[in-house]
Amino acid sequence: MCRITIDGIGFDAPEGWTILETARFLGIDIPAICFHEGLSPGGGCRLCVVEIGNGDDVRLVSSCTHPVEEGLVVRTATERVIAARKMILELLIAQCPTSKTLQDLAAKMGLKQVRFTAKFDDCIYCGLCVRMCEEQMMASAIGFVNRGKELKITTPFDKNSEVCRKCGACMYICPACTVRCEGEAPQEILCGRCENALQPTCLESYHSFACWMGLRGECGTCAREKLEDKKEG
Amino acid sequence: MGADEYAKVGIPNNRGTKIFSLVGKIKNTGLVEVPFGTTIREVVYGIGGGPRGSKKIKAVQTGGPSGGCIPEVMFDLPIDYESLAQAGSIMGSGGMIVMDEATCMVDIARYYTNFLQGESCGTCSTCREGIQRMNEILTNIAEGRGQLEDLALLEELGKVVRDVSMCGLGQTAPNPVLSTLRYFKDEYILHIVEKKCPAGVCKALIMYTIDADKCTGCGLCRNKCPQGAIEGEPKKPHSIAQDTCVICGMCYELCTFDAVLKTNREG
Repeated sequence: MCRITIDGIGFDAPEGWTILETARFLGIDIPAICFHEGLSPGGGCRLCVVEIGNGDDVRLVSSCTHPVEEGLVVRTATERVIAARKMILELLIAQCPTSKTLQDLAAKMGLKQVRFTAKFDDCIYCGLCVRMCEEQMMASAIGFVNRGKELKITTPFDKNSEVCRKCGACMYICPACTVRCEGEAPQEILCGRCENALQPTCLESYHSFACWMGLRGECGTCAREKLEDKKEG
Repeated sequence: MGADEYAKVGIPNNRGTKIFSLVGKIKNTGLVEVPFGTTIREVVYGIGGGPRGSKKIKAVQTGGPSGGCIPEVMFDLPIDYESLAQAGSIMGSGGMIVMDEATCMVDIARYYTNFLQGESCGTCSTCREGIQRMNEILTNIAEGRGQLEDLALLEELGKVVRDVSMCGLGQTAPNPVLSTLRYFKDEYILHIVEKKCPAGVCKALIMYTIDADKCTGCGLCRNKCPQGAIEGEPKKPHSIAQDTCVICGMCYELCTFDAVLKTNREG
């Protein structure tokens, strides 16, 4: 057991757990695209970043790959973390604006703008399909090819794979294959944004999430009272 | 020399020596070995022998493609890991590229992000997408399509890529962008607001013309122009057809009478 602190909560986490597992066990929500319970962590999407450490040694790490260790201090939703997550999501959504998974996350996280030109790619290279095919389907029919700008996910030599059983697990798990609701303006990078105005009140008043009970308007009166105090004072 | 003797060289925390590949716009280039704590000025002006041509030295980039550019005013900085990190650069692979006033800092940042976007393995989103987007924004600025808001976005993006990326490549890749933004912001603003490249490097912002008073009509540039864009009769001043010119700079390099002028494109 390792004694760790997540958002001020002390917890004895079993050896070998990751920060993300521990946080989710405690009911703390951390967004993650390339993470799936049934697969090994990839750490590629970087959305699950959290802040660890104290004093001079404060850094951002991906919670899905970082194991818990004795005395670890984790903050899952500071201003720096939220800003980083929004920038990452902005990059991903500019790459693949047609994904419902990404659009829903944008609405949930209160992403209001995308300042990059849309690429309308079909893939965000999270690698879920590659891991699914290898670890659960035991096929390893697809993999990453090339690197950097040329990166793509395909079968060897782009040919019909002999080991592929056409099971469709890669499509089932793909976050980019989900098609978004196009709303009133399908040409816009961010979709209808019906929920987009939502952002927890406590982030504005405390510069970090004080609680995770709900979104603006839903959360407890504590934050609202604090805001009113600020205005009066 | 034993370990104890070697440890006497250099400064506390940074003992021993460091080998640099000293290159760029200086008189003496090559591999140099200096004790830690030597200032950049000693390396560039002492060992390097100062600027090669008439142009002043503007900056030095340490650490290879993902190192930062340190401006001339900070050349008294001692070479050690901490000082370089504080200045926004790295020791990296020990590269030391000296740049003079004919180097455009926007172009440098664009060049390195272009190199790094191919080097990125592509696993993590911030490094893969982030570097591509930084390159996209820098290309826009270098081609005269930049907006002032782009600078804030570049800085914000660079910091996220640096903080969040998985490995050392992504964590250091924004260094050329962030350091040039920090020390040479005026150059970025000139590119965006006045659409001028002070160093005369960014091709979309400059043009070549021929000074009719100096041109002797030798025909050297006309014969060598890959586009056939230079017209003129022998022994009479030539002219460059701007619509076919690709700004390759061949005529500028060839002309022995300094008759080809590099100017900022108007409008």
